[in-house]
Amino acid sequence: MKTIEGKVVVLGAQGVGKTSLVVRYIGKMFSHHISPTIGASFFTCNINVDDTRVRLQVWDTAGQERFRSMAPMYYRNANAALLVFDITQPTSFASIKSWVKELQRNVEEPLVLCVVGNKTDLESQRKVTREEAEQYAISIAATYFESSALNDCGIEDVFLCCASGMITLSQDKLVKTLRVTPLNQEREGSRTHLHQVPTNEKPPLCC
Amino acid sequence: MIMENVNNSSGMNTESNTHDVLDSDQITNDESWKNKSRHIFIFSSAGKPVYSRYGCEDELVTLFGVMQALVSFVQDNDDAIEAIFFGNKLLVFLIKGPIILVAVSRNKESVKFLVKQLMYVYNQVVSVLTLTRVTRIFEQRLNYDLRRLLAGSERLIDHLLTFTENQPEFLLDGISCLPLSSAVRESISQAIISTCSKIKNLVFAILIANDKLITLIHMKKYVIKPSDLHLIINMVSSFESFKTAESWTPICLPNFDSSGYLHGHVSYLTEECQACLLLLTVDADLFHELSEAKKKITEKLQRNQSINVISNVISNPVLTMNNVNISTVRHFLYKCKKSSHILAPPMPPPYDTPENSIELLQHYQILHSAMKDGSSNLRLIFQQFKTEVMLGYVTEKFELYVTLDPLISKASSTDAVDKLIRWIQKEEDKFFIPHVPNF
Ligand SMILES: Nc1nc2c(ncn2[C@@H]2O[C@H](COP(=O)(O)OP(=O)(O)O)[C@@H](O)[C@H]2O)c(=O)[nH]1
Ligand SMILES: [Mg+2]
Repeated sequence: MKTIEGKVVVLGAQGVGKTSLVVRYIGKMFSHHISPTIGASFFTCNINVDDTRVRLQVWDTAGQERFRSMAPMYYRNANAALLVFDITQPTSFASIKSWVKELQRNVEEPLVLCVVGNKTDLESQRKVTREEAEQYAISIAATYFESSALNDCGIEDVFLCCASGMITLSQDKLVKTLRVTPLNQEREGSRTHLHQVPTNEKPPLCC
Repeated sequence: MIMENVNNSSGMNTESNTHDVLDSDQITNDESWKNKSRHIFIFSSAGKPVYSRYGCEDELVTLFGVMQALVSFVQDNDDAIEAIFFGNKLLVFLIKGPIILVAVSRNKESVKFLVKQLMYVYNQVVSVLTLTRVTRIFEQRLNYDLRRLLAGSERLIDHLLTFTENQPEFLLDGISCLPLSSAVRESISQAIISTCSKIKNLVFAILIANDKLITLIHMKKYVIKPSDLHLIINMVSSFESFKTAESWTPICLPNFDSSGYLHGHVSYLTEECQACLLLLTVDADLFHELSEAKKKITEKLQRNQSINVISNVISNPVLTMNNVNISTVRHFLYKCKKSSHILAPPMPPPYDTPENSIELLQHYQILHSAMKDGSSNLRLIFQQFKTEVMLGYVTEKFELYVTLDPLISKASSTDAVDKLIRWIQKEEDKFFIPHVPNF
């Protein structure tokens, strides 16, 4: 078994649920009273995919305008970016487009890109259609996901996609930032996944 | 320039204008903001609203316009407006380059107090944006809407204002320390120093809990002013999100360096021990090194048990007026001048309601400014209030303000204060940090 270590940056407007997604995935909980992120928060987690352990270093950034100029510090050397928007807020969808432009201008190494439409539990207030978001994701070679941090829906797939995308990237000799190391010791808190690429199966009911 | 009871016959009609705006129904249909006794407004020199403590800035544009007109009218005469008294209200202005701050109060605070409060608010804005950025923005576009950049930071200003009005730390320019035996505090400081002494560019390491200081270690030559520490404590207590994960956060300390950010590694020691550790550096690439250092510090504190001691003190506060146990002394504030550390027990009944505690704090404020103001160089003041007698006593070493039973004689009050001073000296090691260690 080998280990690779990669950096994931979570981008998107304030309030779309970036922190809630990460905390739901890593901390297995959800809070309605989460306060805005200041600067950025850092999390780590391990995912096993087949014979590879992927250690994700997740940077959850603040969406506030005042931190915008600090963003390069967080996406520099990133191997994957989660671009999160709120399906009830069209402006938050517009905002990920400007993040993508910024990444394209400033990040040279290939990135795993995931576009995430969050808050699917608010389906009745949806303003951004699945088709529109999917179209956009295809146009930038990203994978599209929908999630609800509230209902714990669709989140595992997002991180699994990051991990397996990074494994693919690490096989590319040109990618220097992904560190591959032979596994020497067990780290606690890792989760095991069989390598099931999301298929065309019907999505779970709530998403 | 100070305008007192400006009347309508004066050229500019100040009183009636301002009065109308603050009291009439012309401004807004949402009147909730008008019932508050203290207001804080921020706007740009172009008259663009930046912040209003109550109500929505957009509904108050007329008011901002009037205040901006006042400021520029006086500026045109090569003067600066400082304060306006009218009726029972007081308006105080602070003009900081492109930013204008106004406090409106009917609570009989002094001009000095309100100016200091506005200065804190201004420093909070600088702390979020840096002075360099504020200056550059308005140089490029005088008409800039600063609310875009302050979005999400209003809660810092709200929280800071509550602090200035409710906490003696603000009045005394002081810091409260979490009570710990000097041996425990020393071992905590040592754990931090031994872990961090080799880390280049680490400027401050600060450990706080319950808004109180546990320890502060600084790089040689650099000190941190109480007012900057107040901003740090304000940031930590304004955002619960620091509890969820390690954060990497820019913060500008206006009295340390208003031109740039320090980068802060912010995290709580453990889930069980709600003490927050801040490692502040000038190096934006130091996150992972500081993250490792934090883990080591926590391990050391666990090994030497001090983490349990901290948790215990957090959940069972050790300082109450009952512990002091001097029957005629109801409450007191004490400041050690050298360290700026203060001792301020929680206010006991009848002062433990919001109104009564604010009133008592205002009495302390009166006493405090009487000791500081003017040339009289007072050392001892004895003042009778409606429901208590208060005494202020200042020496080379300390400032002491005491609330006593109303019917106490001067002789027995001096007795009580002597007893109190002896009690404080006996407990000194626990409540104050005698010397601030460095890396
Ligand atoms: N209904 C709903 N609310 C959510 C969801 N995810 C987050 N929220 C709420 O949206 C608000 C902002 O969430 P937060 O994670 O702080 O957003 P961030 O600024 O992008 O990190 C909070 O009140 C969350 O409780 C979701 O999936 N569904
Ligand atoms: Mg967040």
